[in-house]
Amino acid sequence: MTGSKLSQYGSSGNQFYLGAATSLPITLSIFAVGMVVGVLAAEKGLTFTETFLFSALVFAGSAQFIALEMWGTPLAISVIVFTTLIVNLRHILMSAAITPAIYHWPKQYSFIALLFLADEIWAVALTRAQRTELRPSFYFGIALPFYLTWITSTLTGHAIGRSIGDPAQFGADFAFTAVFLALLVGLWNGRSSVLPWITAALTALAVDTTWHGPWPILVGALSGAIVGASQYGFLKAKYAAVSEDIASDQESS
Amino acid sequence: MSEMLSVDPYVFLAIIGMAFVTILTRVSGFVLARSFAIEGRTKAALEAVPGSVLIAIIVPTVFATGPAETIASLITLILASRLPFIFAVFGGVGSVVVLRILLAG
Repeated sequence: MTGSKLSQYGSSGNQFYLGAATSLPITLSIFAVGMVVGVLAAEKGLTFTETFLFSALVFAGSAQFIALEMWGTPLAISVIVFTTLIVNLRHILMSAAITPAIYHWPKQYSFIALLFLADEIWAVALTRAQRTELRPSFYFGIALPFYLTWITSTLTGHAIGRSIGDPAQFGADFAFTAVFLALLVGLWNGRSSVLPWITAALTALAVDTTWHGPWPILVGALSGAIVGASQYGFLKAKYAAVSEDIASDQESS
Repeated sequence: MSEMLSVDPYVFLAIIGMAFVTILTRVSGFVLARSFAIEGRTKAALEAVPGSVLIAIIVPTVFATGPAETIASLITLILASRLPFIFAVFGGVGSVVVLRILLAG
């Protein structure tokens, strides 16, 4: 076995189970979110099969959630697909960020990994990659249970949808927000996050008073990116000045 | 039963469209990063996007729903910075239930 391609990429079940164990808290949390999406899907009249295809093929919680809020008769397919594109633009950046950790994998592994790049999976995988080598088996240890949980939870939500009454009485309508807030804490990147995030919040909130759907998200993302780009030189200059100070201190001592 | 299992062609089209653009975004970042060096100002702009999108999605719930949601969001953030993920999520959900009862009464 030694030296084979499989062992090089961690054929041992350990890495798979380690990935699954590491992401278990997130996978359990997502069950609550998936149930909310399932209940919402039932309310909007999606059938069991449609809900299954929705979760299995789209597999993007926030986009599914927002699409269901826009779901109506007649179905505004182009608006829903466009909104999905806007909401998921961040995946371009997430995918670019994870590239250094996965591009040397066998091609088909990298490609399949990208198909499963949901926020939560990305966050766990990137954290792993920052500490040690991210192996395909670890990645799929995160992705596979998460994917199956997502499908199961939306179908569960769909099945019990009408019988549990208003999901708000369990705070289930807040689960999605809570998951995103917890993910945000993980994305916090120190001082460089402050201004882009505040700008995104204020512009999205302002736009939301008049236009819903993709627009608050698009404007928030764009304004956050613009502020991120414009503060780049400033923050860099500051950091450079600080490190020069440290360097000169070390020289003089 | 057949009604439960049926798939409306328009619904199917919407699902396929959503799946297509989602896969497009997830694959294109990899392709771009392999083709261009993303650095400097571009990198700074891109790094700000994931957080900005998440914030833009939740900000109406956090600030424009009611005091219960705003306070519960703050509690979730504090829990998330100190405890494992799942405690933050369930703590946040639990606190919104309690706060809605307290603030309504």
